[in-house]
Amino acid sequence: MRKYTIEKGVVLPLDRSNVDTDFIIPKQFLKSIRRSGFGVNLFDEHRYLDRGEPDADNSQRPVNPDFVLNQVRYQGASILLARDNFGCGSSREHAPWALEDYGFRVILASSFADIFFNNCFKNGLLPIVLERETIASLFDAVMTTPGYELSVDLAAQLITQADGSTLAFEVDAFRKHCLLNGLDDIALTLEDAEDIRQFEQRWQQLSPWYFTSS
Amino acid sequence: MTGKTLYDKIWDAHLVKQREDGTALIYIDRHLVHEVTSPQAFEGLRLAGRKPWRAGANYATPDHNVPTTTAERSQGLAGIKDRVSKLQVATLDENCREFGIFELDMNDQRQGILHVVGPEQGVTLPGMTIVCGDSHTSTHGALGALAHGIGTSEVEHVLATQCLMQKKMKNMLVRVDGNLQAGVTAKDVVLAIIGKIGTAGGTGYTIEFAGDVIRSLSVEGRMTICNMAIEAGARAGLIAVDAATLEYIKGRPLAPSGEQWQQAAQAWIQLRSDADAQFDLEVTLQAEHIEPQVTWGTSPEMVAPVSGKVPDPEAEADVSKRSSIEQALQYMGLSGGTNIQDIKLDCVFIGSCTNSRIEDLREAAAIVEGKQVAANVELAMVVPGSGLVKKQAEAEGLDQIFTAAGLQWREPGCSMCLAMNADQLGEGKHCASTSNRNFEGRQGFGGRTHLVSPAMAAAAAIHGHFVDVRKL
Repeated sequence: MRKYTIEKGVVLPLDRSNVDTDFIIPKQFLKSIRRSGFGVNLFDEHRYLDRGEPDADNSQRPVNPDFVLNQVRYQGASILLARDNFGCGSSREHAPWALEDYGFRVILASSFADIFFNNCFKNGLLPIVLERETIASLFDAVMTTPGYELSVDLAAQLITQADGSTLAFEVDAFRKHCLLNGLDDIALTLEDAEDIRQFEQRWQQLSPWYFTSS
Repeated sequence: MTGKTLYDKIWDAHLVKQREDGTALIYIDRHLVHEVTSPQAFEGLRLAGRKPWRAGANYATPDHNVPTTTAERSQGLAGIKDRVSKLQVATLDENCREFGIFELDMNDQRQGILHVVGPEQGVTLPGMTIVCGDSHTSTHGALGALAHGIGTSEVEHVLATQCLMQKKMKNMLVRVDGNLQAGVTAKDVVLAIIGKIGTAGGTGYTIEFAGDVIRSLSVEGRMTICNMAIEAGARAGLIAVDAATLEYIKGRPLAPSGEQWQQAAQAWIQLRSDADAQFDLEVTLQAEHIEPQVTWGTSPEMVAPVSGKVPDPEAEADVSKRSSIEQALQYMGLSGGTNIQDIKLDCVFIGSCTNSRIEDLREAAAIVEGKQVAANVELAMVVPGSGLVKKQAEAEGLDQIFTAAGLQWREPGCSMCLAMNADQLGEGKHCASTSNRNFEGRQGFGGRTHLVSPAMAAAAAIHGHFVDVRKL
């Protein structure tokens, strides 16, 4: 995984609560056995006017000019601004894959669904929880300022606004460490292979019925 | 020292290593695998030259993409018309073969929706940690197992290490006291819970469901409750083990037998929260107040009792909530103030990991027996949760009751719950569905889902609009 650095970019406001994983990436795109190429189908049902299919040439499809992703002022955005309970619904990692593939690196929201939140960190995507009032004021700023940008410094845990003012944010220390260093979770866990083996032996003696295979 | 919750107990028993920063390495007993969220994980193993840590801990079957008509199903893989779907199912077969993982292939009689098959086969046992790349893994909590959904990166992590790195959740207790009215089911209870606490109400928590009502529910009904814990925002739902749990498990193919059964049963019956356990949050519902429920919007929390009305956005003071209601009503093609019972249906879907077990099918069959699907209902289908549920239903003649009434009787799979296969809800069509999500486009592009119990869906099929099953 790529190492995470300071992310400066255009902010795209998605003014809805409870944005679910079907909204982020509809189910027909989950049939792929690859983990890349989902960006063109991010928010598919709102971004285009027709029904998307995995094989379609997306450049030929009619776009919905009213949807925020298609507005000129938000092109190239890398910071997504959202409201409550972003990413609720399924465990599909295709949701963070699609956001990351499109070019997003940071999501700011007043709350996230647990599984989605967890999946983000595995894919170089930083989800940041901010107070509802802070999110509301950011929505106001983005709507009224064309080309509105923010700079997000993960190491310092600071978001810097255009006027130089800053917002601090919380992030789990372990997840921060993994993102900043682009660490492979599996390799990290396997450093504890001996602990896992010992646990497993003890557990099997205690509860042999959990170790029956088909 | 205060007592422990059931969640605390299972967590502690599986703790391999606690790190100073609060993350913990947790051992996983069972990993359920399906075709949609696993291919990239197996590919990751292959690229890194890794092998499964304990192949026997994994149990696979395809369920999301499989066709449900008998004509297509009887042709095996060749019957999957969609090229991409077919490749995904074939890839699961190949990966299971390559990595030595047990798989029920799409035409094995035991195949079905993983969350129906797991408990049915005794793959799910009390006190286990169970994960799967599917958010409805919470279902297995009904048997006193700690079970939750994971993403594909974690699927790969579990395959390679038999562990997950996790932070412990907080404890929530949802108690449903009293007695349910006749015609009110587990599905109505869980929809009422979600209506009360909201779809983010359980975020950050493991929810334990308790109280008279939960105790009196069958194990299958408890699965319906835990299945939708994720719709309340909680990754895992749990219900304490009791005599009914043990009775359900005894004799299942992978359940222990003989002397080992005695030992296991003795350990499992202890799997409940201590009387003095502290929960971070407690919520109580009174059963007598719960009516049959119907969702009217695009989130499971947008739910009303069958005697109620679709809410009027103008009456909502909170700007953000008002805008959510407006967006939902626009999508659903409904106006505020409409009586729930005046909503007309084009389609009825009885199935999904929420409600496709034998008791669900019996409940629906009892309503439609000797009657006919209403003329305005274009498609009414019953999709059993597994091959064994189908066989049992056919032995009881339920299939005959459904087909005589004009409902289609299908082969097992996830089907129109999420419409990854050919079973799609048409644009603008209203569907009474026993599934778990009413998100925009969930059952098909532009489709309009109303979540209900099997009895309510069956009654809606006969009447062509929602009716109060308590009055039938």
